[in-house]
Amino acid sequence: MLVQSIGLTLQLATLTTLILLVVGTPIAWWLARSTAWWKEAVATVVALPLVLPPTVLGFYLLLLLGPQGPGGWLAELWGGHSLAFTFQGLVIGSVLYSMPFVVQPIRNAFEAIGDRPLEVAATLRAGPFDRFFTVALPLARRGFLTGAVLGFAHTVGEFGVVLMIGGSIPGQTRVLSVAIYDYVETGDWGTAHLLAGGMLAFSFVVILTMMMLEKRIGRAGS
Amino acid sequence: MTETRPLSARFRGQVGAFDLDVAFKAPGQGVTALFGPSGCGKTTILRCVAGLRRLTDGYFALNGKVWQDNRVFRPTHRRPIGYVFQEASLFPHLSVRANLLYGHRRLTGRSGWGRGGPEAVRPDGVRFDDVVGLLGLDALLERAPSHLSGGERQRVAIGRALLSQPALLLMDEPLAALDRFSKDDILPYLERLHGALSVPVLYVSHDIAEVERLADHLVLIERGRVTAAGPLEDLQANPTLSIARMPEAGSTLPAIVDSFDAAYGLVTLALAGGRLLVPGDPETPGARRRVRIAASDVSLARSLPVDSTILNALPARILAAEPQGGIQMMVALALGTDGGGCHLLARVTRKSWDYLGLGPGQAVFAQVKGVALVRESSSL
Repeated sequence: MLVQSIGLTLQLATLTTLILLVVGTPIAWWLARSTAWWKEAVATVVALPLVLPPTVLGFYLLLLLGPQGPGGWLAELWGGHSLAFTFQGLVIGSVLYSMPFVVQPIRNAFEAIGDRPLEVAATLRAGPFDRFFTVALPLARRGFLTGAVLGFAHTVGEFGVVLMIGGSIPGQTRVLSVAIYDYVETGDWGTAHLLAGGMLAFSFVVILTMMMLEKRIGRAGS
Repeated sequence: MTETRPLSARFRGQVGAFDLDVAFKAPGQGVTALFGPSGCGKTTILRCVAGLRRLTDGYFALNGKVWQDNRVFRPTHRRPIGYVFQEASLFPHLSVRANLLYGHRRLTGRSGWGRGGPEAVRPDGVRFDDVVGLLGLDALLERAPSHLSGGERQRVAIGRALLSQPALLLMDEPLAALDRFSKDDILPYLERLHGALSVPVLYVSHDIAEVERLADHLVLIERGRVTAAGPLEDLQANPTLSIARMPEAGSTLPAIVDSFDAAYGLVTLALAGGRLLVPGDPETPGARRRVRIAASDVSLARSLPVDSTILNALPARILAAEPQGGIQMMVALALGTDGGGCHLLARVTRKSWDYLGLGPGQAVFAQVKGVALVRESSSL
């Protein structure tokens, strides 16, 4: 029961972080380098989960992915099941919900590089992809570390979105934060204490490790 | 002059606050300096040549290959250039060695990115060991860029550009961001480079002393326009140009060591149209040197001064003169009794000019108070 929730949580957070690194990097790159006038509008959409109550995001996702929504309709087309109240639905919700925590640090890191290192690489015969992978990525590694850790930790800690779109199906959508809520509801304060204390310790260790790693990378990179 | 000009450039367009409209040609060897005051558009021109900036109305060709015209625009990474920026801009995440090899590896295809192929390193290309030796980088190879001095960083940046086997080296005020000490540290390397390098160099600078030490050819730029272009010696000897109005105006002349007088520590230099005695170290006869003579160090006499402490009095002919600020005259001279030698600038007062009744075509003696040996002249 308990172990299942922990495993599910780690699985969700890992998968979400990986997806966000793959999806978020091009978005961050575009936000950092584009001169399009409407890019700040895109940046705002990405940042919305920062201020939006998680339940609002969860509500819209439920509408979107539920059997009556466009997502459910699409799923039916290939004979699938709607994504609401499934692990996949949780992943989609978590990706959207944690996106600003991954995209923003990476975007800042890309912006901090400036034009010069990329220009230098171009004069040394490096094409656009070459420049991106051999200059931009290594120089932005601090931003990637921050983004990955924040994205992971934030996904572990989410509650509202999960509850709205996932509910509390053991082994499917019942992650730690929801489990704590359930234990309190059912009066199992002992287990709730154990989980809450564990989360507290986990969060502390994550943030501390990140800060120390950042410091070390910063020293090596400057 | 029937010299071929393999480098041809023309760029026109709005750049920030002013219109850029330049066209110039340069020889396929030696250093061509783009010289002018700060903000005149020199750096923009260099960026256009590199393809880092695109002006739609532009043309650039090197050795018959067009890099830009109204149909073609080669992106920067497809131009065989080496670019040295004002700040060294080394990759902070790579060691000195990896920085040096960044462009090199892309030519040999060893990076996994470069294509190798026809543009790969030719056997007569620039070799790693040669660059390390020439620029004195041996002890720095495994260091991180953050542990280098400003001068060392710029040397690595120059080496990195050279190792990408450029057909054209672009240098944007590579010394401007350095302090006096680092500048003196790096100038000798640049001079050695000048002698060893077979590819043409476009060198942007607003420092005339730097240009005189390094350049063979000059393109004068003011407010986005080319005001004059030609061999350094020719432009320096033109009293109507803006460089002749600078306080430090002077001439840079090629010379050959003739003999050394150990008793007085003087070197005799032969130059077209005369000889000069210069204090200096023992030199091998036949060695090529470049001398710089400031216009303010040259005075004129109608007859050979017989009882003067000035060692150097050379027969010359007045070519032209230009009044400067009402008090002074900038006089262009040609050395030799027949006026067939190299050209020299002299700054004299208008009063003396009128008093001696001087004028173009007249035979005079140029008394040279000070001569500076600039450097080993290239074999161009």
